[in-house]
Amino acid sequence: MRAFSYERPETLADALALLAANGRDARPLVGGTDLIIRLRDGTARPRIVVDLKRIPELRPGIETTTDLLTIGATTAMTDIAAHALVRQRFLALAEAAAVVGSVQIRNRASLGGNICNASPAADTATPLLIYEAVVIVAGPGGTRRIPIRDFFIRSGETALRPEDLALSIELPIPGHRTGSVHLRRTRRRGHDLASVTMSCLVDDRGITRLAFGSVGPRPILVEETTGVLADPGATDGAKAALLETIFSSATPSQGSMRASPEYRLAMLRVLGRRAVAIAIDRLAQP
Amino acid sequence: MNDDVQRLPISVTVNGDERVLEVAVHHTLLDVLRDDLALTGSKECCLVGECGACTVILDGRTVDACLVLAVEADGTSLTTIEGLASEGRLSPLQAAFLDHGGVQCGFCIPGQVVSAHALLQDNPHPTRADVDEGIAGNLCRCGCYEQIAEAILRTAEASGR
Repeated sequence: MRAFSYERPETLADALALLAANGRDARPLVGGTDLIIRLRDGTARPRIVVDLKRIPELRPGIETTTDLLTIGATTAMTDIAAHALVRQRFLALAEAAAVVGSVQIRNRASLGGNICNASPAADTATPLLIYEAVVIVAGPGGTRRIPIRDFFIRSGETALRPEDLALSIELPIPGHRTGSVHLRRTRRRGHDLASVTMSCLVDDRGITRLAFGSVGPRPILVEETTGVLADPGATDGAKAALLETIFSSATPSQGSMRASPEYRLAMLRVLGRRAVAIAIDRLAQP
Repeated sequence: MNDDVQRLPISVTVNGDERVLEVAVHHTLLDVLRDDLALTGSKECCLVGECGACTVILDGRTVDACLVLAVEADGTSLTTIEGLASEGRLSPLQAAFLDHGGVQCGFCIPGQVVSAHALLQDNPHPTRADVDEGIAGNLCRCGCYEQIAEAILRTAEASGR
C-alpha cells in the first residue's frame, strides 16, 4: 500500500479543520471496508487519512425521541440490523443493513460510510429514501440538513463537499401505520454486491414509496399516491402498468460485470412486484 | 524512502498478551500480525474483504484484518487463530473441523474457525441457516462447506449449553 499520513483527531472541530486545510488530499476513515481497498489498489490516493473513531461527537449509537430516530454516522451495520426500534419501525433499513457484505464487513462498515461512498448499489440508500431520512452534515459554515433525496448525485459523488462530514442520519418516525421491505438481487447467496436493490413502503393512507438502486448513476425514489399500488384488491395488470411508469427512469449501464442491463430491468420488475406485495402484507399484520 | 513513512506506537492485547509496538500507519493489521508479530495463522489472500482468510476477532467481533489499519487496532483486544488452542490442545471446535473432514487443503481454515468461534460465542445454538450466514464471509475453494457446517453444528450440540 502506498504511504500516507494518518491523523486521529479527538474533536469534531479538529477533524473539520484537517479536512478544510487538505481538501481532496484528505479522506475520512470510519470502517475502512471501502477506503482501505481503494488505498491498496490506488484508486484513492490521499495524502492524509483522517480517522474519525476517536471523536466524541461521532461516537456510534442510535437515539430515539417520540418522533425521531437518529443513527450516528459511524454506527456499524451489525448494530443497525439488531436494533429493536429500527426493526420495529424501519424494518427495510434493518434488512438492508443485515445483507451488506459479510459478518466481518457488517461489524466494521458504517452507515455514514455506506451513503458517503455513494455506490449506486449501496444497500442502505434505498431504505433511507423510502423513510425520507435527513443527513445531518457539519462543515466549515456550521451544521446543515440534507434530505436524502438530494444527497446522492452520481456514483461516488454526494452533496457533501470535501470539507464536510456526515454526523448522523435522522429518520422521522411515521405518524401512520406502515409496511416496508428491502429486497436485492445478487449473483450468489451470501456475500455479494447487489445487481438490483429495491425498498418499498406502503402506508394506511394508500401512499406507496419505491426506491431502487444499481440501475443508474444514483438510487431513485418514486412516490405513488393514487392508492392503486397499495390496494390489496387492485389487479396485477393495474399495478404492472403503474410499475412500468415508475421503472421507466431506470438506466442500467452497459459496462457492469455483475449483470446485463436487460437482466437488471427484468429483475427490477420482479423485485418491484414482490416488494409491493410484501409491504402490503406487513401493513396488514397487527 | 523509509524516512517518509509515518510510524506510530500502538498497544494491543493479542491472545491475552499485551503487546506494545511501533507500526507504519499504512500497514494493515494483517501485515503487522504476520510480519511484525510472526502470527502467520491469519492468511493473506484476496485483500478486498471477500474471502475471510484473514478473519480475526477485534473487541469481540470478527473483522477482515486486511481491511483494518494496524493503527486502528490501538487500544483493542484481539483474538487470532493462534489464541484458540490452549496448552497445545485444540479447542473442541478445532477438533471437530478435523473429525468431520472440514480441513482439506487447509488454507481457509484459520478464518473459518475464527468466524465459527465468534458465531458460537454469540449464538451457542445456531441453526443451519445461522451457520451458513455466519460463515458467508469465508470462502473455501475445496468446497468443504457441508463438512464445515457439520463441524460447527456438532460442536454446538456437544457443548450442551
